[in-house]
Amino acid sequence: MIKDGYYGEFGGAYIPEMLYPPVEELRLNYEKILASKSFQNEFQELLKSYVGRPTPLYFAKNLSKKIGCKIYLKREDLCHTGAHKINNTVGQILIAKHLGKNRIIAETGAGQHGVATATACALMGMECLVYMGEKDIKRQAPNVSRMKMLGAKVVPATSGSKTLKDATNEAIRDWINNPESTHYIIGSVVGPHPYPDLVAQLQSVISKEVKKQLKELEGRDYPDYLVACVGGGSNAAGLYYDYLEDERTKIIAVEAAGKGILTSESAATTQLGNVGIIHGSKTLLMQNKDGQITEPYSISAGLDYPGIGPMHAHLFTSQRAEFISIDDHEAMQAGLALSKTEGIIPAIETSHAFAIFKHKDFQPEDVLVFNLSGRGDKDLATYIDYFKLEE
Amino acid sequence: MIDQKIKNRIEEKIASKDNLLNIYFTAGFPGIEDTRKVITNLVNSGVDMIEIGLPYSDPIADGEVIQKSSTQALRNGMNTSLLFQQLEGVRDEVDVPFIIMGYFNAMLQYGIEEFCQKCNSIGIDGIIMPDLPIETYENEYKTIFEKYQLNFICLITPQTSTERIKKIDSVSSGFIYAVSSASTTGKTDGFGSEQINYFKRIQSMNLKNKCMVGFGIKDQQSFSQVCQYAKGGIIGSAFIKFLEENGVDRTDEFVKNIRFE
Ligand SMILES: Cc1ncc(COP(=O)(O)O)c(C=O)c1O
Repeated sequence: MIKDGYYGEFGGAYIPEMLYPPVEELRLNYEKILASKSFQNEFQELLKSYVGRPTPLYFAKNLSKKIGCKIYLKREDLCHTGAHKINNTVGQILIAKHLGKNRIIAETGAGQHGVATATACALMGMECLVYMGEKDIKRQAPNVSRMKMLGAKVVPATSGSKTLKDATNEAIRDWINNPESTHYIIGSVVGPHPYPDLVAQLQSVISKEVKKQLKELEGRDYPDYLVACVGGGSNAAGLYYDYLEDERTKIIAVEAAGKGILTSESAATTQLGNVGIIHGSKTLLMQNKDGQITEPYSISAGLDYPGIGPMHAHLFTSQRAEFISIDDHEAMQAGLALSKTEGIIPAIETSHAFAIFKHKDFQPEDVLVFNLSGRGDKDLATYIDYFKLEE
Repeated sequence: MIDQKIKNRIEEKIASKDNLLNIYFTAGFPGIEDTRKVITNLVNSGVDMIEIGLPYSDPIADGEVIQKSSTQALRNGMNTSLLFQQLEGVRDEVDVPFIIMGYFNAMLQYGIEEFCQKCNSIGIDGIIMPDLPIETYENEYKTIFEKYQLNFICLITPQTSTERIKKIDSVSSGFIYAVSSASTTGKTDGFGSEQINYFKRIQSMNLKNKCMVGFGIKDQQSFSQVCQYAKGGIIGSAFIKFLEENGVDRTDEFVKNIRFE
């Protein structure tokens, strides 16, 4: 699907010359490293014994009955640190080691990627700086504490909208200032080539496992639908990866509509965005007519990003994937419903995916695989506040 | 209509003298109506080239000072069309080379050809788009820039390989913008032997384009230092800071304090 760094018209590396050397170093080496035996041995071993893979593919009996189709949950919430993000950070830290880097930087929105990066750094004994929007530091306090316990330095991003996009800008600036010592672990399938491809490949372990597990459970290795939420798009890319060329499987991507796509407070990029450049990548993004990037909004910090990865932009414009946008209220209700029906409290990012049933009908024989991208512990305060659970 | 200007102001300036002082400012900063005032004051203070910053929401190559000025300029209401409007007729008054420095997305949304055409009609001489890579420029946009007689000025850094510098030199025009160290704007503090060696290395390459050094120049000492090895220096953050503290009317003092001849 990717050719010379582009998915269709999307992708590329629109970066200042100051970033050319480290990005080029990564571009020239990542495929070689990913294919090498030493990397694969170490990566697979860590995924198994440290991350806790394979994660279960769980048949959600109650939910299936309630909705009237066959619903499987890919339990990325059971990964160490509670989300899919660690698949990427463990992989990238090994790449950083191969490249001889000793300092790691990352951006984070919800804090999940920050925690996953801090975790991998603690494991490998590397210095770790995580850039996080000042606003997100407040609304994701437990994850900030976790990062600090893990030995990372959390640097508040105070520019612009003080959320994920600004944390990403700050991380990029740090890299410009430290191109030789530092590897930048981007947290999603965004950024300049080769990041979208690199992160998608590292997350593709999700779809590889689904294939095997579904074959055992359903007697066929492909579902009718794959469903995932999309912030930048890494958990979605991981789930879709091995099915991208398999037309038997339909792909559903769920974006955050925030307070609704007709309000100015939304993060539904495909509905509200158009083609432009964000963080070094040509993709769909939310912007005004002058190309100034819009401040997005979602109740979930992990979906509060004004762009989507170039792969997803291509999946959207080529109509390979169907995009559905879910507002705050629908997502919160779906999160509560999943908790009560299956005994699983999902991250609010993930909750968005489980709100599609009002927007789309399924047949009783349809097999759906949802990426349960993360657990809801980090969001308890938001859930409590929203549902007034303390009363 | 293309303004078939017979002269290239940047080339002429570079051929005419040494120790060129190129000053960057953010359009619409500190006040929305200050763009023309700053230009007039800079010209009256005798600067050799002016870099007009088109403010951007996410300026990844810039440091804190320029980013803050950009945020303020955007809040003031600056945008691409307004900047072009403000610059209308500027060539009746002044003849120094103008370079627009901005980010590629702003140009993309305006329309590449429309943007270039507008620059040409106003009398802009060159464009710096730090996030438009040389390969993409060469393959997709070079013919348009040339049609409208706009120099495409590229950055190099101490990490840029000799081979890549040669490539950039052959594809770009106007001058080469040598970033003094691996940094965003406004970050560095004086030049050490490593940087001097880098300046010397570029000097010895006999490039087609002359070189101007930017990032980290903030006073007479740093300016005169880079002028030993390059055609001149570019000052951004230090000038923005000065504007912040002193307003737009004392530009003269700033420039006097930089000049050493
Ligand atoms: C649990 C969870 N799901 C999804 C996301 C969204 O990111 P992506 O679209 O890259 O999977 C995040 C981001 O923080 C997350 O924490």
